Amino acid sequence: MSALRKRPTKLRLDYELIESLIPDGARVLDLGCGDGQLLADLIERKGCQGRGIEIDDKAVLECVQRGVPVYHGDMIEGLGFYRDAQFDVVILSQTLQQTMDPPKVIHEMLRVGRRAVISFPNFGHWWVRLQLLLSGRMPHNRLLPYHWYNTPNVHFCTVKDFREFCDRQDLRRVVEIFLTARFQRVTHILANWRAAIAIFQIERGRENMG
Amino acid sequence: MSIDDAVPIAESSRLGGAQSAGLVRPQAFTFAEPPNEMELECGQRLGPVTLAYETYGQLSPQRDNAVLIVHALSGDAHAAGWHSPDDKKPGWWDIVIGPGKPFDTNRYFVISSNIIGGCKGSTGPSSTNPRTGRPWGLAFPMVTISDMVRAQKALVEHLGVRRLLSLSGGSMGGFQVLEWAVRYPECVASAIPIATSARLSAQGIALNEVGRQAIMADPNWAGGDYYGREPPKAGLAIARMIGHITYLSDQQMHAKFGRRLQDRQSFGYDFKTEFQVESYLRYQGDSFVRRFDANSYLYISKSMDYFDLPARRGSLVQAFEGVRAEFLVISISSDWLYPTYQSKEIVKALKANLVPTTFVELQSDYGHDAFLLPNAQLNDAVSGFLANVLRRVRGGGHGGQGRANGA
Repeated sequence: MSALRKRPTKLRLDYELIESLIPDGARVLDLGCGDGQLLADLIERKGCQGRGIEIDDKAVLECVQRGVPVYHGDMIEGLGFYRDAQFDVVILSQTLQQTMDPPKVIHEMLRVGRRAVISFPNFGHWWVRLQLLLSGRMPHNRLLPYHWYNTPNVHFCTVKDFREFCDRQDLRRVVEIFLTARFQRVTHILANWRAAIAIFQIERGRENMG
Repeated sequence: MSIDDAVPIAESSRLGGAQSAGLVRPQAFTFAEPPNEMELECGQRLGPVTLAYETYGQLSPQRDNAVLIVHALSGDAHAAGWHSPDDKKPGWWDIVIGPGKPFDTNRYFVISSNIIGGCKGSTGPSSTNPRTGRPWGLAFPMVTISDMVRAQKALVEHLGVRRLLSLSGGSMGGFQVLEWAVRYPECVASAIPIATSARLSAQGIALNEVGRQAIMADPNWAGGDYYGREPPKAGLAIARMIGHITYLSDQQMHAKFGRRLQDRQSFGYDFKTEFQVESYLRYQGDSFVRRFDANSYLYISKSMDYFDLPARRGSLVQAFEGVRAEFLVISISSDWLYPTYQSKEIVKALKANLVPTTFVELQSDYGHDAFLLPNAQLNDAVSGFLANVLRRVRGGGHGGQGRANGA
């Protein structure tokens, strides 16, 4: 699991957008919260009540230094410790693709929280498609820095896959935000081609966006 | 207290070193003078009660920086610093208490308290029974973790502290930490239970019972009435040897001793001490009987057996209902006496009560006693946690993190 602990800091630029989705004073749980920076910011700037779950020894201690209450251990196990609807928002930033059982994680997120904010690298991005098509090798770039043999990413998906997943699971897609590899926002037009990173806010229930 | 014998004392922790609590003085507080004796959980009354303690650092003018340290089965109030320049070792948790250490005596007023039932300066079975003028022996009333904590509360009040910034202890010290947080929620801003459990497991009770039976099977024990005569050294030494095995881990025993022989090249085919691990255990047993009272061992181990927070209120979740402290719960990966899952039960019940809780599992091969050994993870977790608690108590930042509306 050590590979998934070293997430490039640049990926964390999606923090700002995630932060914009969190209301003031919200009760927030961040899964795979890393060094606790996002939670510390939410606590400090928005008066949120933040909790984290993180498996990495060093990152956990950084959370403690920041004064962020953190659970040192497995995500599914840590989620199980919380009661239903204990949080307003549960965040899963750039980690969905590394979870062993994404449906279970998402189900648990929406059990302990009213809404879930999930960001992930979009495997449908044109560069990924092109790399595979032209080089015939597994995509490898700044956002996908691993090789097939050492990647912690076991469940990649595309924007289209994720939308379909939500629809089939009766999950409402309330907000969709798309970013390029340089963290520029792109519109929803051809998002599955153009977005390197996708951020979804989902809730339980039907009534999906178009 | 155990394998720390082999740990060299850092230069900075030696007397006069920059990180040493320095020369410290054993102190004692006596209260519950008759007719106002302390009412014990077992229904009997005890008084007067003396509690041994030490303090390190200064209480702030606002009296908001007091941290209570509580010890395990065989510990004492001498947690840090040196009693005399001739001492071979500093206090039992000197590695984390002192100037610039995690329990930083430049910032915190550290109180280290002994327990009633003990034999290290506090009222216990080896103390004089005021009614007979002779040592109590088994006439001493049974004391529980609650009784120990209620006595500590009297001490803390006596020292002018109404609310502890934090308290910490490992093993049975963790029992006391949990008891404090449940019993006196308004007096505990934060708590750091280490390598502990909300109730002693069946395995823990079983091991305690073997230790007790070893003591009571020693003819010198004489029904507990051995004071002034030869004490039950053999029984107490066996109890200690069993204890020591449980404080270590398989990996650590293998690494430290392996199958190496002590002072010989080949087997003697007899029952003398041959293996290094035997020699080590015998040494631990023999040195323990010189400093510990067998009856205290019986009483204290029994108090551990009785400890059961979940049973008190129906469940651990309910037991933690009134808790207002924030928590740093620490377990040790190789601890098989108080395994990590037992700490996780504490964490789970705290989280169900919306108590701000951080959980850290120390990665260590040293077993249960790892919290007594130098460990960077332990240091960072404790120092970071305490600094943030002090900041919050003094009103700086992170508002709304409390349990009142917390997650």
